[in-house]
Amino acid sequence: MRLSYNQMVVDPMSDADLDRLFQAFADATRRDIVRRVTVAEYSVSGLAALYAMSFAAVQKHVAVLERASLVTKEKRGREQIVRGNHEGLQNARRLLDEYEAIWRQRVVRIADILAEG
Amino acid sequence: MTVISSTKNLEALSFTLIAEFDAGVERVWQVWEDPRQLERWWGPPTWPATFEQFDFQPGGKAGYYMTGPEGEKAGGWWLFTSIQAPSQLEFDDGFADDNGAPVEAMGTTHAVVTLEDLGGRTRMTINSSFESEEQMEQMVEMGMEEGMKEAAGQIDAILSEHARI
Repeated sequence: MRLSYNQMVVDPMSDADLDRLFQAFADATRRDIVRRVTVAEYSVSGLAALYAMSFAAVQKHVAVLERASLVTKEKRGREQIVRGNHEGLQNARRLLDEYEAIWRQRVVRIADILAEG
Repeated sequence: MTVISSTKNLEALSFTLIAEFDAGVERVWQVWEDPRQLERWWGPPTWPATFEQFDFQPGGKAGYYMTGPEGEKAGGWWLFTSIQAPSQLEFDDGFADDNGAPVEAMGTTHAVVTLEDLGGRTRMTINSSFESEEQMEQMVEMGMEEGMKEAAGQIDAILSEHARI
């Protein structure tokens, strides 16, 4: 069944992409990192100072987000600078938009039925 | 023209949509209660739904399949967990195999439908919550198939034609 749905998808994200995306969002610290770096850039050490966890632990979270294309990491001198990856975030947004589209179309069909009286 | 609002919360794995209809609560309740009306709107025109089983009472089950353009079938089931006519309906929604048996591995969505009287008009609130990231992923994959068919601009055009939605 899953195959038959996928065959109709024009431009699907691969299952692996989706797995990475949802895995990335499954953790509260990672969600907080995404919120912060979408607004401003942070160094990994700057992020590590915000949470009660080691530099290495924060670095791992950043790596998960990087694999999910939600953030980018760039070396600048001795620092690693983390920024939001707007394209990746837009993909996440698009997934939810698609679900919303199902319901908006259902609402239009309900209104059509109601209009018949 | 009435605004339809929606809230998508990736973190809470939930989705809420509010729509208003130019019909009374009792009438809107019928589109949920009557499987013949329900199957006219649950699936898109290209994938219409057919409800073979519809036991509309708390603890009752519904079974349906959607038929694609090539005759392919995709099955689903509902379990009604709470029914308070004509104001609130709750059900679990999952996938089914070719024999209508639940596919446990694909998870379920819990839906809460609330109808409120706005002095002859009706506000309908749908809240869907997903049990896991994987479940939401599967629902969204299905959503892509339908969503792709109608770009956001086209949907807006349809909505503006139906000025009373």
